[in-house]
Amino acid sequence: MKITVRLAAAGIAGLCLSGLAAAQEVTGAGSTFAAPLFAKWAADYNKATGVKMNYQSIGSGAGIKQIDSKTVDFGASDMPQSDEELARKGQMQFPVMIGGVVPVVNVKGIAPGQLKLNGQVLGDIYLGKIAKWNDPAIKTLNPALALPDAAIAPVRRADGSGTTFIFTNYLSKTNPDWKSKVGEGTAVNWPTGAGGKGNEGVAAFVNRLPNSIGYVEYAYAKQSKMTYALMHNASGNVVSPDDKTFKAAAAGAEWSKTFYQILTNQPGKDAWPITGSTFVLMHKVQDKPAQGEAVLKFFEWAFQNGDKTAEALDYVPMPGVVKTQIEKAWAQIKDASGKPVAFKSAS
Amino acid sequence: MSSTLAAHELSFDPGVGRRTRDMTPRRQPPARSAAWVDVLFGLAAKSAAILTLGLLAAILASLVVGAWPAIAKYGLGFLANSVWDPVAGEFGGLVMIYGTLATSIIALVIAVPVSFGIALFLTELSPAWLKRPLGTAIELLAAVPSIVYGMWGLLVFSPVLATYVQQPLQAVFAGVPYLGALVSGPPVGIGILSAGIILAIMIIPFIAAVMRDVFDVTPPMLKESAYALGSTTWEVTYRVVLPYTKAGVIGGVMLGLGRALGETMAVTFVIGNFNQLNSLSLFQAANSITSALANEFAEAASGLHQAALIYLGLVLFFITFVVLSLSKLLLAQLKKREGARA
Repeated sequence: MKITVRLAAAGIAGLCLSGLAAAQEVTGAGSTFAAPLFAKWAADYNKATGVKMNYQSIGSGAGIKQIDSKTVDFGASDMPQSDEELARKGQMQFPVMIGGVVPVVNVKGIAPGQLKLNGQVLGDIYLGKIAKWNDPAIKTLNPALALPDAAIAPVRRADGSGTTFIFTNYLSKTNPDWKSKVGEGTAVNWPTGAGGKGNEGVAAFVNRLPNSIGYVEYAYAKQSKMTYALMHNASGNVVSPDDKTFKAAAAGAEWSKTFYQILTNQPGKDAWPITGSTFVLMHKVQDKPAQGEAVLKFFEWAFQNGDKTAEALDYVPMPGVVKTQIEKAWAQIKDASGKPVAFKSAS
Repeated sequence: MSSTLAAHELSFDPGVGRRTRDMTPRRQPPARSAAWVDVLFGLAAKSAAILTLGLLAAILASLVVGAWPAIAKYGLGFLANSVWDPVAGEFGGLVMIYGTLATSIIALVIAVPVSFGIALFLTELSPAWLKRPLGTAIELLAAVPSIVYGMWGLLVFSPVLATYVQQPLQAVFAGVPYLGALVSGPPVGIGILSAGIILAIMIIPFIAAVMRDVFDVTPPMLKESAYALGSTTWEVTYRVVLPYTKAGVIGGVMLGLGRALGETMAVTFVIGNFNQLNSLSLFQAANSITSALANEFAEAASGLHQAALIYLGLVLFFITFVVLSLSKLLLAQLKKREGARA
């Protein structure tokens, strides 16, 4: 039944696009974090509709450059663009999925989910101010744990990355010293620590170095069964990283005002504090409306049918309320004459 | 040849005569290709050469254009500034330039003597049955992808270096001025020294292969004469083989140095990618130009960050150029001295 509806929708879409639909291809570029999910969605979408989606996983910064120069139909970035920036470039953005960043440690005798940290302590560790695991600041948060008298080896990303942006943004919000000395960005001037390339690089360092601490994407930490830490969130609760706490963080944000939402340190008693989302960037005025339409159709389809796929790959889909708001915002995307690009299969 | 042709023509056998006539066109020298083919070939060859020059100039020009915002802002002070802070928008290349030069020098210091030994052993000392497998094994080392060296360096080599070299050294030199500082740093086995050693392993096959080939072309007569005069193997190598092959040997070393300066993936894995110049310790995590480019370019916002990265690329271009020029100068100097002695 579902399949016939989908086929019918595809058929109507094909009719609407008439000649153009024959060899339609959508291209996007950007975030490497989102790439596995986009690839899976694209494969499923191709099976369902016959439309091809090519996604180049070249990094968020490069994705932004590509969409600015209109070489792709959409860009994807782990770091939201400010509203002014978007207005200047005539673009709009919307979040497509949520991801969390998780502190991981390699300390003898500490099991996954035993160590509790907060932003102040995490920042001080990466500033080099807290140099030993048995520092009183860590002990106060973990009175029951036997922490060794060993030097902490901090590990971080060496490559510019959306993960680093989410992590440093959180530290800037919760640790005033971090904000004044280091700040936030996809690459920062790290005062200490060894740099690994990619999530794999950080994970390799953390697994190899005793008494180390690092941060990786949730999906990566889960799949490679690393020793993650719990975090105190903005409401003072201790939360564990999972899809529920990531969703809680996303639900707390005020998406109705603007999609420029950085999900770190969100209020909400279950919200995981180091959460972020991947944003899709599109031009508001489409030179080739058929392409814009195809992109919106793809994401509409993904919002309706892609949640299971996302969860299977350890990504967290957007909450339903937010999806409705996003689909409303798509009316901003217009062709050169100012007519909204029709993306609903019904229209 | 012409006499046989004449004999055939004189033959009365009609069959032979026909065959001869058939073969005549083939026996004659092939018709000279038209002059325009020559001209065309000359033009094609010339344009290929000019294209290379043009590409070089175009790359240089686009690097300068891309780096201009950073060049205009920092000038040559960029080379001496050790702060690399993308958040505050302040960029200096000293850390990366130091890392690139230090790792390459360490690599050469290790690789040149080892390669010399390998080449000497293969050409002068090795039993014949070992020559071929050993030579092939060394050439195979050159075929290992650099990322494999990087992963091996990170997961296998650096723990060994940390446990069996760095920690004992730190224990011995603790408190000793200079030497103690030279081996200080977190005991993780990642940094300048491990990157240098990995680079050495990567360039040894190149240098050794070139050295072996040039050692092989030394005329046996020269070597035999020296042996006949009672020279030892070392004397033959040092007094006969090396002077005869010095251009090739220096070329091989420069080839290795060029590779070491430009190597990216393997270095990224083991250098630590740390943009601070706190100490000159061999075990200090550092960064190299290529590693910084590979790590930061994709995510660098356009503007000063990107310009600074391109500026770094320009500096690397310049370093390689200087290395190449120095090697040419060195060779010219050697030749001049040779002339004076003669």
